[in-house]
Amino acid sequence: MDNVMLARSLFGSSMAFHIIFATLGVGIPFMIVIAEILYQVKKDKDYAMLAKRWTKGLAILLGVAIPSGTLVGVMLSLLWPGFMEIVGQVIALPFQIEIWAFFLEALFMSIYVYAADRLPAAVRILSVVFVAIGSSMSAVLITDAHAWMNTPSGFRLENGQVVDVHPWAAVFNPSLATTAMHVLLSAYMTGAFAVASVAAMKLLKRPHSERERAYHYKSLFLSLFIGGIISLITALSGHETAQMLHAHQPEKLAAAEGLFETQAYAPLSIGGVVDKETRSIKGAIEIPWALSFLAGNRFDTIVKGLNDFPEEEWPPLFVHTLFNLMVGIGMLLILVSVFTVGFRILAKRPYPRWLLYSLLFAGPLSMVGIETGWVFSCTGRQPWTIYHIQKTASAATQAQHLGSLFVLFLGLYAFLLIVTAVVMFYYFKRHPVTFEPVEGRSGEGRSL
Amino acid sequence: MSDTQLAITILWCFIFIYSIAGSIDFGAGFWSMVFSKRNPHAADIANRFLSPSWEVTNVFLVLLVVALVGFFPRAAFVLGTLLLVPVSLVLVLLLFRSAFIVYSYSVQKHEQALRIVSGITGLFIPGLLVSVLPISLGGFIHTEQGFPQLEFGTLLRSATLYAHVGFGILTELFLSALFLSDYGREAGNEQVSQQFRSLAIVLGPLALAMAVLATFTMVPEALWIVARMQEQSVWFLLSVVAFAIGYGALWIRRKDGRKGWPRLAVVMTILQFALASYAYGKAHLPYIVYPDLTVEAGITNHSMFVSLLWGYGFGTVILLPVFVLFWWLFLKDKRYLRTK
Repeated sequence: MDNVMLARSLFGSSMAFHIIFATLGVGIPFMIVIAEILYQVKKDKDYAMLAKRWTKGLAILLGVAIPSGTLVGVMLSLLWPGFMEIVGQVIALPFQIEIWAFFLEALFMSIYVYAADRLPAAVRILSVVFVAIGSSMSAVLITDAHAWMNTPSGFRLENGQVVDVHPWAAVFNPSLATTAMHVLLSAYMTGAFAVASVAAMKLLKRPHSERERAYHYKSLFLSLFIGGIISLITALSGHETAQMLHAHQPEKLAAAEGLFETQAYAPLSIGGVVDKETRSIKGAIEIPWALSFLAGNRFDTIVKGLNDFPEEEWPPLFVHTLFNLMVGIGMLLILVSVFTVGFRILAKRPYPRWLLYSLLFAGPLSMVGIETGWVFSCTGRQPWTIYHIQKTASAATQAQHLGSLFVLFLGLYAFLLIVTAVVMFYYFKRHPVTFEPVEGRSGEGRSL
Repeated sequence: MSDTQLAITILWCFIFIYSIAGSIDFGAGFWSMVFSKRNPHAADIANRFLSPSWEVTNVFLVLLVVALVGFFPRAAFVLGTLLLVPVSLVLVLLLFRSAFIVYSYSVQKHEQALRIVSGITGLFIPGLLVSVLPISLGGFIHTEQGFPQLEFGTLLRSATLYAHVGFGILTELFLSALFLSDYGREAGNEQVSQQFRSLAIVLGPLALAMAVLATFTMVPEALWIVARMQEQSVWFLLSVVAFAIGYGALWIRRKDGRKGWPRLAVVMTILQFALASYAYGKAHLPYIVYPDLTVEAGITNHSMFVSLLWGYGFGTVILLPVFVLFWWLFLKDKRYLRTK
């Protein structure tokens, strides 16, 4: 592999690893806030217990999320010095504001975990709300940098020099709102489905007591209820994102749909393989007119095809499959959660085991959706690192030793994934759900 | 003050804050490992400080990188290429360290082994970070096809690298011992306070000696900084005086008969660091990396600079009360410090 490919592989795998923890780090605090509020509203201690156990899980995840976030942040400068040179001059603000979001999250996380017993309930809820705000803000801000890479604004390049910089115009670039919303919603959705999967697993293990069963039922119902609603909104925001692509990055949308001919009444292609040689898509199910409607809310919307762009500026065509995976998973999760919630409300019976088995996959599937979405968005931007401004090749480092670093970090990520899973498993095995009074929150918190 | 001067001053302040906070943080992790069997109370005090604070300290590291790239984007290019391997190593250690801290809190069964990993990795991080200094002084860089490259072989064979790494590790241990001596006293545990006090007594002069050694092992290409440091000798002298007062404070007997005044020692040592790093920074200017990269060449454009300045000002004002609350809850509140 050449240096550019190595840099992409190293950075891509680091991001893929970090995204798992970062997404849960945004999604789970959101669930904790809901559980804390439900506890105050319903005075049902099970919700306090849920909040407490999710917090413990979150703390373990943050142990990896925080350093891996530090790692990708520093790696940006190490691997993409050419890119960071422009970033620093144009879009430094979101990175800087993100620091304050990190501080907010870190400070209040400690306060929530280690000072909960010394604080009144309102302040405790407020502190976990600030944790959630901090983590959501950092997601929005880092997405801002990503959005700016897709729709760069706030500067001009003159003879390779950055001139005429408007930092805030760069921050509020055209795709910020849609992209940030999509990232945020999908993170909440993944947090909810991750919790649902854990609850499903616990129920499949046949809980010891009716009490414990009721507890896991609450967890499952709550997470699927939230997950279902949010996945619906996520789908709508995905639609917005597609329209944003139509307006700002037409070749990415064309590659996502394997569309070569520019046309009105364009069909939506599901599945199949995009063939570069024959410039066509093979084996796809085509829904006539649907793509045009998606892109512009009208069937006669003209959607640009790849033939309108020089071939060397096409994104890799496999992004079609990534795009399908992301959308397909999203749809599947909407169906599953609506069905399960409906089953609970209408049938008023315990969930059948086959349903619990399928819910086991909700969290992991949602995570696959997140990963494919990110890979789609970043790969679909190629060959550019900053769309129509800077090629990825001219952003990459010229330093040596990338190959060995790549192997080292891959091994490290695999190791940490396994160890984190093992630690989580052992912790919750050694600390099963107990129904003693929850007031002794502090004792447990101290050992954290 | 010009944009450049103001920017490098702010950045240098951040570096200073992190060098103090990071030293205490990584050092506390190391002491918690050392004492986990031999003196559980001492380990407990170290952990009591570490548990709520390591995440916050870590954010200061990110702040450092973000401020560097934000203020000096053109320096990012050179530094990114030069520092790829040493900084990647720091990142690996950091990942291990943070993950294993959390693991060790969660799994009682292998707590000891997990603590050793987080303690040892933490010990080396400040050492590696300080190794950036000799690289920035020149002598280990050559240009290849228009790009600067680090000469690893030469660096690894140079005495100055090891003197710098040793200096980083010793100051980390000294500062954290001093801090924990004070924290132990605040927690009302005199035995722990005295344990860390005696460690600080041994480590203080060693750290100082290592700083001197690091200066005198400089490679010929870096001798320019020694000459320039001599121009700043007044500041260095003052810093030694601050050290002497702080070190002496370890023997001051308080009114209640307790031996040593660790609070004064901590404050004076931080002052010593401030004076020395001011002098060192002044000697280092205008170079970020000698002789290729100066602050003037690295600085960002004016409109971005102004926006960043507003950002830092605004953020600081908003977060200051939270920091005060945090300080009160975990460094002052007796209910937290003295719980068994």
